[in-house]
Amino acid sequence: MSSHSSLLIRGGRVIDPATNIDDVVDVLLSDGRVAAVDPDSKLAAKADETFNAKGLIVAPGLIDLHVHLREPGQAYKETIATGTQAAAAGGFTSVCAMPNTNPVNDSADITTWMQAPQRGAVVNVFPIAAATIGSKGEKLSDYRALQKAGAVAVTDDGKPILEDRIMLESLKSAAKVGLPVIQHAEDTRLTTGASMNYGPTSFRLGLRGMTVQAEAGIVARDIALAKKTKAHLHVAHISTAAALDAVARARKAGVNVTCEVTPHHFTLVDENVGDYDTHYKMNPPLRNAVDRDAMLAGLEDGTLDCIATDHAPHARHEKEVEFDKAAFGIMGLETALALAITVLHVERGMKLSRIVELLSTNPAKIIGLHRRGTLAKGAHADITVFDPKAKWKYEVKKSKSKSRNTPFDACDFYGRVVATIVGGKFVYQGS
Amino acid sequence: MHTRPAAGSLLGIETLELKEVVHILDSAKRLQRQPKPMLRDKRVALLFYEASTRTRVSFEYAAKMLGATTTVINATASSIEKGESLIDTGYTIMALGAQAIVIRHPSSGAPHVLARYVDVPVINAGDGMHEHPSQALLDAYTILSHKKKLKGLKIALIGDIFHSRVARSDVLLLSKAGASVSLCGPPELVPDVATTLASNVSVTRDLREALEDADVIIALRIQKERLEGLQLKLDDYIARYQISADRVRWASKDVIVMHPGPIIRGLELTADVADAERTVILEQVQNGVAVRMAILARALGVNS
Repeated sequence: MSSHSSLLIRGGRVIDPATNIDDVVDVLLSDGRVAAVDPDSKLAAKADETFNAKGLIVAPGLIDLHVHLREPGQAYKETIATGTQAAAAGGFTSVCAMPNTNPVNDSADITTWMQAPQRGAVVNVFPIAAATIGSKGEKLSDYRALQKAGAVAVTDDGKPILEDRIMLESLKSAAKVGLPVIQHAEDTRLTTGASMNYGPTSFRLGLRGMTVQAEAGIVARDIALAKKTKAHLHVAHISTAAALDAVARARKAGVNVTCEVTPHHFTLVDENVGDYDTHYKMNPPLRNAVDRDAMLAGLEDGTLDCIATDHAPHARHEKEVEFDKAAFGIMGLETALALAITVLHVERGMKLSRIVELLSTNPAKIIGLHRRGTLAKGAHADITVFDPKAKWKYEVKKSKSKSRNTPFDACDFYGRVVATIVGGKFVYQGS
Repeated sequence: MHTRPAAGSLLGIETLELKEVVHILDSAKRLQRQPKPMLRDKRVALLFYEASTRTRVSFEYAAKMLGATTTVINATASSIEKGESLIDTGYTIMALGAQAIVIRHPSSGAPHVLARYVDVPVINAGDGMHEHPSQALLDAYTILSHKKKLKGLKIALIGDIFHSRVARSDVLLLSKAGASVSLCGPPELVPDVATTLASNVSVTRDLREALEDADVIIALRIQKERLEGLQLKLDDYIARYQISADRVRWASKDVIVMHPGPIIRGLELTADVADAERTVILEQVQNGVAVRMAILARALGVNS
């Protein structure tokens, strides 16, 4: 890793939907900012160093709204240092850290602690704080103090806010300070003991299932409350056609609602659980092909705003157990861009500019990150350089993460990260 | 870790080919007539994470009748209670020299997890709500001692299908053998999705429709321990679905009535049905030993 005061990224195809650029141009980074985006080769004279991006895509750095970095409290799964190294390897320059840590991040102190230089983060970390104290769904946390400490949204991820009154209060308070409320939409009263999607596969395996209704019901309720309060509701890892339809209808009616989908929910289906493979156990669960196809359609037609990984590292001993006892969740940072390129671009013909929009432009807008998710002059020098044509095999044993829980080990992908630059400095360079 | 269970494992009926079913039933027949000490010097571990009387005793007798040494490990009286994982328990039992592991577990798929890590055959003696393959095999064996063949039979399964591993294994085996299966009970216990389990499976809420012309009635226990807060009105259940002598008359005149036990008299069936001549519940229990002898002989690679 080397440090530069100025760096010229030369000859790459620059895709920046925010400024409507899709062209072969040079990008000059200077003092941690984008200094110029120009086809003029005269820029070369101004740079201390040059990076040859010929044949590569140069995009605003990828932003992941949904990451579990596990610190404080669960460093055996992941640390902020290892999690952000995995992020860098996956092309992410900014990650949002979920608050279901131990203790729960419901205070300005923990929010500050997570962003301290001592944590050793190699990419930007933006904490998302707990919406209620201890994520217990009872008493709101102090949104203004959390925002001041750097929180970019509030959520009780993993422990959805069920009570109407609390959700209403949360939306009202968040709207006052201008933070989005992110909801993991699951009516946990309907999912007791459930470990996968409800359907023929869960019946065959004798596993209790989570119904579509358990997700769609909460989304519908939240939309009604968001409408009332004019707050910004962001639906985390949406997984069902019914919930996505509700979002599309609400948006048409002018409700301020956005949503994200994970790479696994637009790639895999519940049948992939096979004979109790816990690497396919996550929450929300993998759904059936109809729901999966609805996610693909939503990515294509614009109903889905962004892709977020829900990177959820777990130790081996938490996954190598009986299916119903296994922890929910899989890693995602190192495979997200490759899955998007392989499944959406190569297999389905999605434009690369839409992929950049889904992974950078839109996530920045959703949480209001100023001067990120764009290569406009003056923006932070966060850049992802990738080769959409490069074929490679993901090998989890080489992962930068502390954990190994992925269903994508040994998968062949298109789309490889070549370099990740944060604040003008290389934080990852691929081979 | 390996992807295939050790040869001789019996994890479920789903992955068992019909010819294997036939092989086990033939072998059971021979062993019932004349058990042989073919498993002398073999060690079988019975790993029970859940209460069981008939299945455990049945496997134990079966192993002993073939000359094997058995050890019963109960979850409540072992290191399991101290927090040892399933896989570590499996490794330990293997290190102690067990050559086959019979496992009963409240989690669906636990035998599949275990079989990925141990190198000895794993026999599923009931896993959660998933499968109970030895029960389905002994049910088939029992039916075949009263009927010429399974193909073409009409079989009614009544009661708690959703929570029942016996139901899943029975349906898979009977469908595989060409019988038609009618499932009957309230939607909470017999969801429509049950028809996707195998071919020739139908769901009805009308007991008369299920029982009419049935060659075999299999009543299932209401599993109070697995209802998870489901509110079931037992009076309504009894009124609509209890197997009584009057209702048995709707079936074929040669019908046999079966139940995997334990039976709750006065709930899923009446006492007079439980004791009737056409009811073969105790025969099922007896046949269980023969079928489990065949399963153990197969697991340990010995031809009967």
